[in-house]
Amino acid sequence: MAQNDMNNTLLKVKDLKKHYPIKKGILGGEIGAIKAVDGVSFEVKRGETFSIVGESGCGKTTTGMCLNNLIEPTSGEIYFNDKQVSFRQKKDFQEVRKNMQVIFQDPYSSLNPKHSIQRIISEPLVINKMGTKSEIEDRVQSLIRLVGLDSYHLNRYPHELSGGQKQRVGIARALALNPDLIICDEPVSALDVSIQSQILNLFEELQEKFNLTYIFISHDLSVVEHISDRVAVMYLGKIVEQGTREEIFNDPKHPYTQALLSSVPVAKPKSKNNRTRIVLEGDPPSPQNPPSGCHFHERCPVKIEACKKAYPDMREVNNLHKVACHLVSENLSITTQ
Amino acid sequence: MIKFIIRRLLIAIPTILLTITIIFFGLRILPGDPAVAMLGPEASPEAVEALREQMGLNEPLIQQYLAFLMDIVQGDFGDSLISGQSVSTQLFTNFPNTLLLAFTSIFFGCLIGIPLGIVSARKRDTVPDSSIRIVALLGISVPPFLFGIFMILIFSLMFPIFPSMGTGEGFWGQLYHLLLPSITLGLILSAALIRFTRSSMLDEINREYIRTARAKGVPEKLVIYKHVLRNSLIPVVTMIGLYITSLLSGAVLIETIFTRPGLGTLAIDAITNRDFPVLQGCLVLFTLVVQIVNLLVDISYSFIDPKIRPS
Amino acid sequence: MEPTVKKANYYFPEKEKRKRKSPEWEAFKKNKLGVASLVILIIFCLIAIFAPMLMPYDPLAQDMLNRLAGPSADHWLGVDPNGRDILSRIILGSRTSLIVGFGAVLVSSLIGFGIGMIAGYKGGRLDDIVMRFLDSIMSIPLLLFGVMVVVALNSSMLTLIIAIGIGLVPGCARVARGSTMELKEKEFIKSAISMGASDIRILLTHILPNITGALLVISTLHMTTVIMVEASLSFLGVGIQPPTPTWGNMIQDGFNFVRDQPGIAIYPGIALIIVSVSFNVLGDAIRDAVDPHIKKQRN
Repeated sequence: MAQNDMNNTLLKVKDLKKHYPIKKGILGGEIGAIKAVDGVSFEVKRGETFSIVGESGCGKTTTGMCLNNLIEPTSGEIYFNDKQVSFRQKKDFQEVRKNMQVIFQDPYSSLNPKHSIQRIISEPLVINKMGTKSEIEDRVQSLIRLVGLDSYHLNRYPHELSGGQKQRVGIARALALNPDLIICDEPVSALDVSIQSQILNLFEELQEKFNLTYIFISHDLSVVEHISDRVAVMYLGKIVEQGTREEIFNDPKHPYTQALLSSVPVAKPKSKNNRTRIVLEGDPPSPQNPPSGCHFHERCPVKIEACKKAYPDMREVNNLHKVACHLVSENLSITTQ
Repeated sequence: MIKFIIRRLLIAIPTILLTITIIFFGLRILPGDPAVAMLGPEASPEAVEALREQMGLNEPLIQQYLAFLMDIVQGDFGDSLISGQSVSTQLFTNFPNTLLLAFTSIFFGCLIGIPLGIVSARKRDTVPDSSIRIVALLGISVPPFLFGIFMILIFSLMFPIFPSMGTGEGFWGQLYHLLLPSITLGLILSAALIRFTRSSMLDEINREYIRTARAKGVPEKLVIYKHVLRNSLIPVVTMIGLYITSLLSGAVLIETIFTRPGLGTLAIDAITNRDFPVLQGCLVLFTLVVQIVNLLVDISYSFIDPKIRPS
Repeated sequence: MEPTVKKANYYFPEKEKRKRKSPEWEAFKKNKLGVASLVILIIFCLIAIFAPMLMPYDPLAQDMLNRLAGPSADHWLGVDPNGRDILSRIILGSRTSLIVGFGAVLVSSLIGFGIGMIAGYKGGRLDDIVMRFLDSIMSIPLLLFGVMVVVALNSSMLTLIIAIGIGLVPGCARVARGSTMELKEKEFIKSAISMGASDIRILLTHILPNITGALLVISTLHMTTVIMVEASLSFLGVGIQPPTPTWGNMIQDGFNFVRDQPGIAIYPGIALIIVSVSFNVLGDAIRDAVDPHIKKQRN
């Protein structure tokens, strides 16, 4: 769908970091930091769906929240529409924020329980003074239909709607400002599976209609496989592999990606290209004190000596696929099976 | 552990300093000349001026403040304007009386409040529970001085069991005189304790681990006394600590009602006589006590409850 | 722009703008004790407002012949040591209690909720400093704080309102701060931030409406505190000065004659207890209505 403007970069993130200081001692001195996001770089092209996947605690949500400064990043550069966003200047990022709306995970807490749906959807328009009262009302009417609800829903309150309906309201609210980019933070994880697919279809429809760009944050690989154009896999605050959906899902290079993919249940268990189940041992290490070298080496089934010493650089496998693994760098074949 | 105590101490010091500062400036910056206030409106300007000089009121405020702080650190609160006695001496002769009243009240308060709170929680929504709750509600709604009057009326006048005033002679006499005031104050404290124990117990009873214990077949008595009670008493201990402020206010009133010597009567006399140094001393001592009790509660808390112990 | 899934079911059962039934009010209405206390308090407010019409005698007029007389057909609640009708004085005294009560609660709410919400929302150093300062005020017993201010200034009604009001600020601020901090993490707040809403807008339209219940509870419970402190100050002789009747100074008058005529102290005491119990019951009832956590416990 986005083939024709493939080269049009909407968002560029360079070496984004978010470190939470750990304070201790009588005077509260800093003794270290939790590196929730530790040097993440990626590019998102206009009109595509870029997914960030990883286990809980890997920093994928923090990354998303850093993009529009809901969490202030420690360092890093963000370019939106080829313009660098400065997080120190409030005016600067307020402007960017309008073009970068967020849809949250929990539809139950993402809508103000004391406001009617009408008020919730019109809120962004009122804040940014987009038109007169009647213009706003018209816009809200068209938005509510756009997400598959009816105008009588506008007089309702969030507690009177179902989870799926609430998430639709959240989408309508995010669309109100005509943003270029929508950051979806696990937008379907809190919903029933049957509702999930409805919402995902809605996302795709809207993308086609308005040439939207999504950053889709999720831990659910089957959802990601369904919706993404490109995928980045995060582990302990770093991106370990990124590429097109086909590359990642059909030819994963990083042992961690392979392990993740192998955990997804398959529709036809007896088919030939069934992935062998790789069971990782242990828990992800603490981001406060990550292992030396490659952060993954303690749990990696195919580690080599180099893995313990240095963190691997990001290498291009081909122009669609990048991976940070010593085995790839040294041209060793990675087969965890 | 020691680190935690040191840290807590370091937090307490600025709070105490800040409170003392508020008291100092509160008594001084407010409009009205303390010298005039003390001597009355008819005093001659010379007398006012002399008193201002004597009180150091003509010095710059900051200098007065620093002198005041230095004096406090040395335990010197100045001299009473009425009796000429040193304020610290007066504080130290009166303080033990108030402390004794406070401690015995806490004793009676816990003795009555905690068991009734437990009963109320265990028999939730029954007649005993409702009656206990109504009594507790009355208890927290009656001002201490009014309750004191009721107690005197009943136990000293209608049924002359207890004396209504004074401290009494000798150990037994003193104890005898202490009984009614401390029961009065203790009952007021127990009303708050009943409510707090009850809600704390109910909080705990609904926890998953209690359901698990019951499901495992642990006898109900054991569930209540070993699991529920132990965990729900922790907030109760804190509450007693926090209640010390109200308890001191209550003690002031109770002391007045029962004409017992103590910090309360000292403070009230100081107010009626416009005896600023004594009033200032009382206020500073009050806040010190409150802060120290809070400190002790926090520290004891960290012994009882491993959750808040710092890593 | 047609909706994607659309059947021809164009019925609009709720097309007209409907007034939202507040679930809290519905829950409150079911609490009989709460409603009863509300009714009692409204009656007392009416008594205070229409006091001059309701008083059988001039509350300041002295009838020394009937001094210390017990209840009779003429003087329903008897006559005080200065020969004044007790019932009339109780009726006029309700004004003092309620005006000081509402006034001080208003002062503490305006200042305390504002401070608490800002401190809770902003967090960080500002929060630390503000809370440390409020903790310091809190460690001075409210009664003595009142005494301190009243002695330094004067014992007018306005002084009392401000002094007690300021003394209650820390309590208000704590509740507002706690509720705000809890709410701040909700995603609808983050969503409002990402839309570009100003801090003031977030505090007023997103946080305040969601914490009014908790704030109402603390304000209602504070009414009892104020009324009790005001009466205590009057009793100690530093409150509103005689001959203006207040329940506190009436009780003090009566205390000196408690052996002869206990009613003089007891009747205003009963009025005081009724009002303060009612505010406590009302506060509890509001808490039950707005706090679903407690509601769950009841079932």
